[in-house]
Amino acid sequence: MSLTRLLESWPLVRQVREGDRLGVGKAAQSTRSRELRPRIADADHVVQSVCPYCAVGCGQLVYAEAGNVVQIEGDPASPISRGRLCPKGSASLGYATSPLREAKVKYRRPHGTEWEELPLDRAMDMIADRVIATRRETWQAEDDEGNPTRRTLGIANLGGATLDNEENYLIKKLMTALGIVQVENQARI
Amino acid sequence: MGSNMAENHPVGFQWVMEARERGAKVIHVDPRFTRTSAMATQWTGIRAGSDIAFLGGIVHYILEHDRWFHDYVVNYTNAPVIVRDDFRDTEDLDGFFSGWNRDEQAYDPETWQYEGMDMHAAAGGREKGFTAKSGHAAGEGGGGSALPHGEPPDEDPTLEHPRCVFQILKRHFARYTPEFVAKACGCSVEEFVAVADALCDSSGRERTSAIVYSVGWTQHTVGVQYIRTAAIVQLLLGNMGRPGGGILALRGHASIQGSTDIPTLYDILPGYLTMPHVGAYDDLAHYVDANTSRAGWWGNFGSYAVSLLKAYWGEHATKDNDFCFDYLPRIDQDNSIYKCVFDMFDGSVKGFFVVGENPAVGSSHAKLHRLAMAKLDWLVVRDLVDIESSSFWLDGPEIETGELETKQIATEVFFLPAASHVEKDGSFTNTQRLLQWHFKAVDPKDDCRSELWFYFHLGRLIRQKLADAKDERDRPILELTWDYPVAGDIEEPSADAVLAEINGWNAKHEPLSSYKELENDGSTACGCWIYCGVRAEGVNQAARKKPRWEQEHHTALEWAWAWPANRRIIYNRASADPDGKPWSERKRYVWWDEAEEKWTGIDVPDFDEEKRPDYVPPDDAKGPAAIAGNHPFIMQADGRGWLYAPHGLVDGPLPAHFEPDESPFRNPLYGQRANPARQQFDRPENPTNPAGSPAYPFVVTTYRLTEHHTAGGMSRSVPHLAELQPAMFVEVHPELAELRQLEHGGWATIVTTRAAIEARVLVTDRMKPRMVDGRRIHQVGLPYHWGSKGLTTGDAANDLSGLALDPNVHIQEVKAFTCDVRPGRRPRGADLPAFVERVRREAEGGDE
Repeated sequence: MSLTRLLESWPLVRQVREGDRLGVGKAAQSTRSRELRPRIADADHVVQSVCPYCAVGCGQLVYAEAGNVVQIEGDPASPISRGRLCPKGSASLGYATSPLREAKVKYRRPHGTEWEELPLDRAMDMIADRVIATRRETWQAEDDEGNPTRRTLGIANLGGATLDNEENYLIKKLMTALGIVQVENQARI
Repeated sequence: MGSNMAENHPVGFQWVMEARERGAKVIHVDPRFTRTSAMATQWTGIRAGSDIAFLGGIVHYILEHDRWFHDYVVNYTNAPVIVRDDFRDTEDLDGFFSGWNRDEQAYDPETWQYEGMDMHAAAGGREKGFTAKSGHAAGEGGGGSALPHGEPPDEDPTLEHPRCVFQILKRHFARYTPEFVAKACGCSVEEFVAVADALCDSSGRERTSAIVYSVGWTQHTVGVQYIRTAAIVQLLLGNMGRPGGGILALRGHASIQGSTDIPTLYDILPGYLTMPHVGAYDDLAHYVDANTSRAGWWGNFGSYAVSLLKAYWGEHATKDNDFCFDYLPRIDQDNSIYKCVFDMFDGSVKGFFVVGENPAVGSSHAKLHRLAMAKLDWLVVRDLVDIESSSFWLDGPEIETGELETKQIATEVFFLPAASHVEKDGSFTNTQRLLQWHFKAVDPKDDCRSELWFYFHLGRLIRQKLADAKDERDRPILELTWDYPVAGDIEEPSADAVLAEINGWNAKHEPLSSYKELENDGSTACGCWIYCGVRAEGVNQAARKKPRWEQEHHTALEWAWAWPANRRIIYNRASADPDGKPWSERKRYVWWDEAEEKWTGIDVPDFDEEKRPDYVPPDDAKGPAAIAGNHPFIMQADGRGWLYAPHGLVDGPLPAHFEPDESPFRNPLYGQRANPARQQFDRPENPTNPAGSPAYPFVVTTYRLTEHHTAGGMSRSVPHLAELQPAMFVEVHPELAELRQLEHGGWATIVTTRAAIEARVLVTDRMKPRMVDGRRIHQVGLPYHWGSKGLTTGDAANDLSGLALDPNVHIQEVKAFTCDVRPGRRPRGADLPAFVERVRREAEGGDE
């Protein structure tokens, strides 16, 4: 450490030099405080988003750095929320970066006692096979009186209120084309 | 009422606080004293499940004291319309309306109609056991809310005819006096009168009042009728379609409105089009005809339906093949999740996708859902974290009790990690019908994917595997338009391209700007007619983010996009008087500009822009042209707000007070205790606490906390939130604590005939006991966020509740049922079901 920096680490010197005679201002700042930087300081970009929790629809600003989200805060431009977020909205960073988040497919075979690993493309292939087989086995072309039904009651799909409109659109469209009518979401809870 | 806005929608509540600072009265009527109550100018506590008695009391008060808004009611509602002479009220038949069929346990609504009108076989015929019990006629679909012939044939503008709606209303609510309200709800006469008086004082030409509700109203066996009662109050006071008025449903999921508009629901297609019924339609023309109303915007049903079929099947949908109408699957029963879960339990549902929902915690009778999932062949769960619904087979409560054994469960489970909202583009529709776009900030990691990705690629794979299939069954999936552009290494489909299809295009593939451009000849395609215009001129209107400080009006019309047509208040023609002038200068919103000969204002007028206020439709007019210039409610075939619902509901044209399915009380008004049309499942897996049973003496109500979200999948995994609300608890009053020897901070066991759970005890006088019908009744409060996984764990409140549903919309009654509370922790292992069984045996002998 140079002599200058050694001297500067002594608050009294800083008090005199910076005119902070009572030592209640910047001169009292610890090294840690001085080195603290806003979470967004190194963010490479920010996007406007919407809170994922309730249906008030508060505006969010999402800051990202090198492919990681580093901060989520209220969007002052929103006429709905005027920059404010509730405890859940404020904790959205913890939601997006939760230590419990799963990043890999997990598979449990029939009667299995533990999770196993499975590549995503293999899982997709197996799920597509399950849909095709179950649909074929449970297909109802018509009812007892010969009226066309063109459906299966062997498959159901649940969820949608936490998803995007575009996602719900594809779900309903795909399920309808497959004849899967038991499509439901959180509307009742 | 039925909402804890301050805690569950805190940022929305800032506007309520701002209004209060400017002199508005804020009234909170709720069983619990919450932060909303603390911030209100008046809190009135009532017994859970008694809201219709309270609101009905307000209707009575308005009529008795002549406080209704005469010009509004006479012109804009169906008050003058005369009803058939064979209609009988609950007042005449001791809790039943005319048309009750005891064998089918359902109503035939024919006698509820307007005089001189035939019953419109609403939306797909009335198959036995379907229309009534499925609630299909309940108006979720297009045709359900429409009258066939436009203007009602008989009316009495003096409102004196004994069979006009106004007089029926007066008689129906005659016994809902302040004294009755006090007796049924457990509040004082003075408290009730203060609320009714304040509401009347704050309504009229110069003032408006809004009513806010949440799931506290919907989750009852009479949930829809709760909201009907509020609608009657607001129509009588002239508060609909006006600034500062309305009935505001605050909803708990980011896009729950959107997932109803573009439904992930079984009985409707996008834009509230009716799902076709088995055997009801020979062809498209029949389907369109049955769902088209002569007057109003449902008059264009055919254009909406054909445009949807074109969006789905593109070039394959032609006039010659009925635009592939045959490709739509048919329904003939209740296929809502609760009926479905019994079918799953019985083994007929074999495959199940669960995406962003957690039924093992969040659905009523959660245990039944777990037991049912253990009967599946395969289950796909997509979520950010491993939730109770994905690992019920490994560490669920039934594994501990021995009711399930891991090795015996044959269900094959795929858990696929999902992308969060910051890892994808897309739009949410918020509670005020506003579509707001969120932009992707980062790519999802590893195997995490959006639902857009999952369903697109699942569909692509299925189509690939079936490409050579010759089966008739596979034509709809093979001919489906499914060619969205993808980008990046993971081949993420373009959400904007999907939105473009939702918005729709014309024959030249140019984006449409309004649903008025939709045609029934196949020249337009549109994935959801009410969203048509969201991408007008090829611009994503939902992504508009013009800062609030640059907006012209407080309505902020250039922030995002509201359906329909960017209107922020629907039916806003009612904000002007019949002549088109604002009711008052203070409440100017939308008005007729005589010089310009058009409607104008600070919102997009919800009316034909050039239709004069004095327009009288010619006899042969159809569709929107058949709505008169002074009738604001343009989706209704008569253009009026319905004080009385001649059809659309399966449990009556008027709300009446009924006790919850599980209640300690008899009905103070009628011999009939609970809603006779409520949906019940009489099965051994779904036992019910006997009404009035001393073994389950307390009323229990479930609710949410600020720091958690529904079934906890999005909050128990978040470190800050888990720390802020670290434990499941039960709220009880000090008297109840003393009665049951419960210790603040200690443990209690809550038990019903279905389950027992444990929770930390929170002793608080926020949960006040109520004097009801001369008896003191205790109420118990339970948050429902907890389950067995996450950073904070606890028992699930939804294990306690059963399945008794509103018959219109199949919503469970978790806001008012019964329980017992005992000190200490619940038994463990096999002792737990034995304990529940013991209490159930004690309960036998409760009186009905």
